Amino acid sequence: MTSSWTSSGSSPNAAEGQRATIRPRLRLSTGVGADALTEPTCSPTPTGAQVVFRAEQLAVSYGAKRAVEDINIDIHRNEATAFIGPSGCGKTTVLRCLNRMNDSIPTFALDGKLLYHGHDLYGPHVNRVEVRRRIGMVFQKPNPFPKSIFDNVAWAPRNLGMKDDLGGRVERALRAAALWDEVKDRLRASALGLSGGQQQRLCIARAVAIEPDVLLLDEPASALDPIATASIEDLIHRLKDRYTIVIVTHNMQQAMRVADRTAFFSLDEHRVGTLIEYDRTETIFSRPADPRTRDYITGRFG
Amino acid sequence: MPVRLLSARVSSLASFPQLSNRRQLERLNRLDARAGSALRWLALFGGAAVFLALMAIVYQVISGASLALSRYGISFVGRRQWSPAVGRFGALALLYGTLVTSVCSVAVATVLGVAIGLFLSLMAPRRVAAVVGPLVEMLAAIPSVVLGLVGIYLIAPFVLNNIEAPLHSVLGFIPLFGPPGTVGNSDFTASLVLVIMVVPIIAALSRDVFLTVPSELREGAEALGATRLEVIRGAVLSTTHSGVIAACMLGFGRAIGEAIAVTQVIGNITQISHNLFAPGDTLGSLIANQFLTPVSALHTASMFYLALVLLVLELATMLLARYVSRHFGSRR
Amino acid sequence: MNVHASPDPAHALTPSGNLRRRMVTSRAVVAVTVLAAALAVSVLFIIVYFVAQRGASQISVAFFIRQLPLVSYGKVTGGIGPAIAGSVEIVLLSTLIALPAGVLTAIYLTEFAGARVAAPIQTALELLAGLPTIIAGIFVAGLLVAHYGQSAYAAGLALSIVQVPLIARTSIESIRRVPASLREAADALGIARWRTITGVVLPTAAGGIVTATILAIARAAGETAPVLFTSSAFGTPYQLNPNQQVPNLPVEIYNLANSLNPTAVSDAWGAAFLLICLILLANIGARLWLRRSERKRGL
Repeated sequence: MTSSWTSSGSSPNAAEGQRATIRPRLRLSTGVGADALTEPTCSPTPTGAQVVFRAEQLAVSYGAKRAVEDINIDIHRNEATAFIGPSGCGKTTVLRCLNRMNDSIPTFALDGKLLYHGHDLYGPHVNRVEVRRRIGMVFQKPNPFPKSIFDNVAWAPRNLGMKDDLGGRVERALRAAALWDEVKDRLRASALGLSGGQQQRLCIARAVAIEPDVLLLDEPASALDPIATASIEDLIHRLKDRYTIVIVTHNMQQAMRVADRTAFFSLDEHRVGTLIEYDRTETIFSRPADPRTRDYITGRFG
Repeated sequence: MPVRLLSARVSSLASFPQLSNRRQLERLNRLDARAGSALRWLALFGGAAVFLALMAIVYQVISGASLALSRYGISFVGRRQWSPAVGRFGALALLYGTLVTSVCSVAVATVLGVAIGLFLSLMAPRRVAAVVGPLVEMLAAIPSVVLGLVGIYLIAPFVLNNIEAPLHSVLGFIPLFGPPGTVGNSDFTASLVLVIMVVPIIAALSRDVFLTVPSELREGAEALGATRLEVIRGAVLSTTHSGVIAACMLGFGRAIGEAIAVTQVIGNITQISHNLFAPGDTLGSLIANQFLTPVSALHTASMFYLALVLLVLELATMLLARYVSRHFGSRR
Repeated sequence: MNVHASPDPAHALTPSGNLRRRMVTSRAVVAVTVLAAALAVSVLFIIVYFVAQRGASQISVAFFIRQLPLVSYGKVTGGIGPAIAGSVEIVLLSTLIALPAGVLTAIYLTEFAGARVAAPIQTALELLAGLPTIIAGIFVAGLLVAHYGQSAYAAGLALSIVQVPLIARTSIESIRRVPASLREAADALGIARWRTITGVVLPTAAGGIVTATILAIARAAGETAPVLFTSSAFGTPYQLNPNQQVPNLPVEIYNLANSLNPTAVSDAWGAAFLLICLILLANIGARLWLRRSERKRGL
């Protein structure tokens, strides 16, 4: 049944896909300086995969306080990328930059460049609502609306005018989030009556119901028990075919299980968060290039 | 720094007084026990006084109205005529005037007040809200007698010339917009003055309610590509509607109870008129206007009866508002 | 084939689909909220402006000291000296009743009362807060004035009914905001309950209580309905005997406004200007005081 979702969702045909692959890269090549490619610890080998996000010398400050700096990263299409690192090192800050959720913080300021398919995310004509419509987000704490299960999922499609076959859309979203079988008999019941894990999957269903391009997950399983966590991880595996996923996690095993690539964040010598190392997940966990990454990983595993 | 200041306060208490022997300690314990129970009784007295004051008010209003109560019974509420000169009294016209002015003013004030509440809680930058919020609250601090003075000399003439007369000449076929009076004293003007008094109440209360919406819920809606309006409707109003309704009911409670400013601009003619531009009277405005010059004991008692009607209306509104905000509160 | 599939990633991040229309509606509503707030603020300024325009020219030392001519105004401008003095007196009397009653109620509800006793008192407090002020007036009229005549005492009692809920509510809030750690620290030192309350809790909450009292005084000074039936002296000379009715500002404004004499009306504007200045200054002062005392406490 999930296949019906993916088949209808991944509708762009080969030609469209081709065009989309080429266009942004052309734009990128004009905008990117050589320094971004010479960053030593960052070696995302461009294997032909399409770059969804590209950060160049990204830095974030809150007022006078610098939160993160020196972030250079490419995030690839239809892959799961994990952000790991000790708490307070700016993983979530960077994640929230990707769909401009930090904008509501009055003192927030961003330096450097952040490109989404070659478009400057913080450019002058960018519409924040449009950004979030394409780049969905699931938060640490499940935050369903105090509405029925059905209305939670149908809310955003209704806003967007996706009114044809709304019931089918809700069903596909709930199936994609592996929640359908548990709630199909009580779609009109309040979402607040669901368990924490179910609420979180509902939030994922809510996000995929409008078929975004990217899903950002901010420690989506940190408030959940191990069984619920396993089902969320399972879900991420399946969603990867259809969506580009960026996940912040403090759980390294989780990163190993779900992520194709892993970015390790930590504090630099000025006690400002930064990206230490970014590579394929197996490389990060087996042969990390940076001693700090190695310390962090071995420290955890003993 | 402040914490140190506070702990200094605590430790200064601990070091006082110096204890030199056991007898002193016993005396101190006895003193503490006595002072403790004295404070407890004193505080209970204060609390009880509040409760008893409310009881006394209800009792006094009923006993003041006893003459009218025994004369008319409950039918007083349904009697239309209020003519002190011939000794006929009834509450219907005043109840009508009270409800018309309050409903009209709260209808307008709800839109404005909720909009201001949204502005202060969700739209305005923090610094703007920190200035505008207190200014709106200050509108509620203007004494009703001053608002009434402004009402008599500025609002009523303005309303007469710029709203009532043009509306009547264009839309006069609608019964609501009948011929205006000569000086602009009318139900309409009274409603307008009440709007000024009620808006800050609804604005402040609804702002406080909106601020209780968890930011995660708003962010959840924003992350789904919702516009500000959609966030407000989906994540804010849907979780706070009972609080907003309660805020409006408290505004309604304020509107029905206002006597002074209303009596200054409503024209003080006890009648039931479908014409919003005709003078009228309310429960409170009539009491304010006639209480000092009663023509008979029954007149005074009837005014106490009006106060009783107003009190019942007010208490019912307040209790209902409380019930709504507690029992239909967000299910979070 | 779904027409609403994800937008083409290559498309610029400008509104797609129905977003342009939704942005228009959303911005319109945002504009309405801004306009509503601007309207409320401008109404405040318009009222203050008109009162100042008509009343400020009246303000003079003589206006503050002289009394209103007893019978006919003619061309002689009166003064509001007796009304100022009387207002000070009845508000003082009222605060003398309301401050202890309000603070004691707050102490009882926060420190002593069990849930069962607290509930009816809490409810009574909420109902008193919404009580129409004209009913406070008619209550005291029936309770005292009917038997002993009008007096400053009666007016003070009626005003205190308005003040008590204001003072009690804010006191409760500020007592509840005293950090629990502080109370626990005092308990851990074995300090008697009453010493903790009088020595730690009340001083810490004092900023809020003072603010509430200032606001309650400002409120009482402008209330007409409670004093109209309890101390309705108008145009009388200086009179401060609390057993008799005393002139006061709200009743003075009320009566001057209703008279048709232009001189009297301009006196009303003058008195209204004074009253509004005092009340707005008290409001601003109370807010600043609260902010300052909270900063000092690090709250």
